Amino acid sequence: MIFNKPMAVSIFPMPGRRFVIAVPYVWLIIFFFLPFLILLYISFVDMGNDIHPFKPIWDSQTGLLKLKYENYGSIFRSSDGGSLFQTLYVEAYLRSLWYALCTALLCLAVGYPFAYFIARSAPSVRPALLMMVMLPFWTSFLLRVYAWKGILADQGVLNQALMFFGVTLESVQMLYTDISMLVGMTYVYLPFMVLPLYANLVKMDFRLLEAAHDLGASPFKAFWLVTVPLSRAGIIAGFMLVFIPAVGEFVIPSLLGGPENTMIGRVVWDEMFTSNNWPRATALAVVMIALIVIPLAVYYYYAGKAADSKP
Amino acid sequence: MTDKDGRAGYLVTEKLVKRFDEATAVDDVSLSVNRGEIFALLGSSGCGKSTLLRMLAGFEKPTSGRILLGGDDVAGLQPYARPINMMFQSYALFPHLDIWENVAFGLKRESLPKAQIQQRVGEMLDLVQLGPYAKRKPHQLSGGQQQRVALARSLAKRPKLLLLDEPLGALDKKLREQTQFELVNIIEKVGVTCVMVTHDQEEAMTMAGRIAVMSKGRVLQVGTPEEVYEHPANRFVADFIGNVNMFEGRLSVDEINCCAAITGIGEIQVGHGISGTLNMPLAIAVRPEKIEISKERPAAGRNVFMGTVKEIAYFGSYNTYIVVASDGSRVRITEANTTRQDLSNITWEDPVYFWWNDRAGIVLRD
Repeated sequence: MIFNKPMAVSIFPMPGRRFVIAVPYVWLIIFFFLPFLILLYISFVDMGNDIHPFKPIWDSQTGLLKLKYENYGSIFRSSDGGSLFQTLYVEAYLRSLWYALCTALLCLAVGYPFAYFIARSAPSVRPALLMMVMLPFWTSFLLRVYAWKGILADQGVLNQALMFFGVTLESVQMLYTDISMLVGMTYVYLPFMVLPLYANLVKMDFRLLEAAHDLGASPFKAFWLVTVPLSRAGIIAGFMLVFIPAVGEFVIPSLLGGPENTMIGRVVWDEMFTSNNWPRATALAVVMIALIVIPLAVYYYYAGKAADSKP
Repeated sequence: MTDKDGRAGYLVTEKLVKRFDEATAVDDVSLSVNRGEIFALLGSSGCGKSTLLRMLAGFEKPTSGRILLGGDDVAGLQPYARPINMMFQSYALFPHLDIWENVAFGLKRESLPKAQIQQRVGEMLDLVQLGPYAKRKPHQLSGGQQQRVALARSLAKRPKLLLLDEPLGALDKKLREQTQFELVNIIEKVGVTCVMVTHDQEEAMTMAGRIAVMSKGRVLQVGTPEEVYEHPANRFVADFIGNVNMFEGRLSVDEINCCAAITGIGEIQVGHGISGTLNMPLAIAVRPEKIEISKERPAAGRNVFMGTVKEIAYFGSYNTYIVVASDGSRVRITEANTTRQDLSNITWEDPVYFWWNDRAGIVLRD
């Protein structure tokens, strides 16, 4: 091969390989890192007016750098006094984290049997079953959320059915509650849980379960002691894939959720488009990213360390 | 031992049948295994031996029939409720648990006191000489070591019956021979009754006290390795165990202490009677190592035939000759290389004599 020879002396060994790696890096820098820097920039400046929603970071007269930490400060301490962390924003953060956690746990509870069933079914039917998991993506996301409105409404399908069978006498409020919101979020995010779990479970050697049975473990014990620990990587991946976008979810809470339990996505929206306070909105977004990225980075640092220690 | 009914018939299968949809995997198998015995199920793939083993373990429900272990019918018990443990073909060690935890897995399910588990796991790891490896994970051990962990794990609960599924199948040839003896020593030391499944006749012959040769779901013969080799019950067994020359023919003489058959290569004399009807079709089987070969006419008068050497294969410890007899049948003959120089100097296309003692021929009717 003619290409092999100069490579050994080249400063850039295997330029082809470098190029392949460079493509996603360039993509990430342009579409994730640079926008994040812009976000960070806006979060440190003063709010402007309708035409210029934010002011430049340097003072127009003196040319000095002027960072407005107040955008962040006001998130954690309200401007009209009050103690630390007692603000609407902190409440919204906590609520978002809580709902995202609930969504991820519900997805896990519903998705695990799904993934397990698909992984244990005959290889010939697996593609069809996986297709069914992904099938909802073929219709519009909004349409599917509106469909849930139809199901959960006071005069909706579910209430009608409940009244018809005499379970309840009058309609139960389901729409615009925590329940309707969690149902919607779980429904929408379920494939993100099922797919990584499936990918993990399908690789599992099911003879290990036979070995566990053989050694005296009941089916439940064998599942708990063998299947669950071996699918840990899949559980974590699925959990992250659901939890992270669920924290910032905006559409589902505003369509299915109640008015009182605003999540952080809604708060950011309101700051941006109602109060026209871009610096505050971006500061809120930056804090949200930090809330998610820092624990994640710590986790992967230790997970990576643990993986390295295995020879 | 509290068991009163002695050693014989410790494990009994009665008319065991397993059908999958249309196919019958195990067909009317009745076996009796003695206590403390190593019993091998031998057969090629698809003969039903693995299904039989899985029924013993409880992973398959018999379509009909009974499995008696020490007098109790265990066929209805779930695998986790049977006093039977299995060493799996590729060991099925739990990859997320270390060696100690793997061996302790079964004991923990019995919720024994901690100290007792500790002691028993220690004993088991000593038994297979893996004490220093207790904290390693399975993937950090060699194939042979993993096999010993699997053995320790299956023995830890002191099962009434140990099942071995192709116990040496995952090891390479050299290691296999070494491990065979080690495995037998450990099993005999523990004194557990053992049923093993293998497709490798050498493995079955060296390890097992008795062998059941299986084909198409049925047991064709049960016997000691010597019995199934020297006295195969039918053509299949004769052909499956070792190499054999099969001469098809018809019964021509049937006396009390001898018989003969007319075959393609001529009349073959056998040194015992068979009480059959004259002219009935049968086969005479002769093992290659029981046939002698020479360029000189031998002194023996019976069972001497002539042929031409077509192939010679040198195996180190022995030579194999393929000789084409007068009727065109190919006869396999092996001669041990007991001296450094081969004095017979037989070579390709040489006309040779080959003969055998009249006790060497095995009469097969089935």
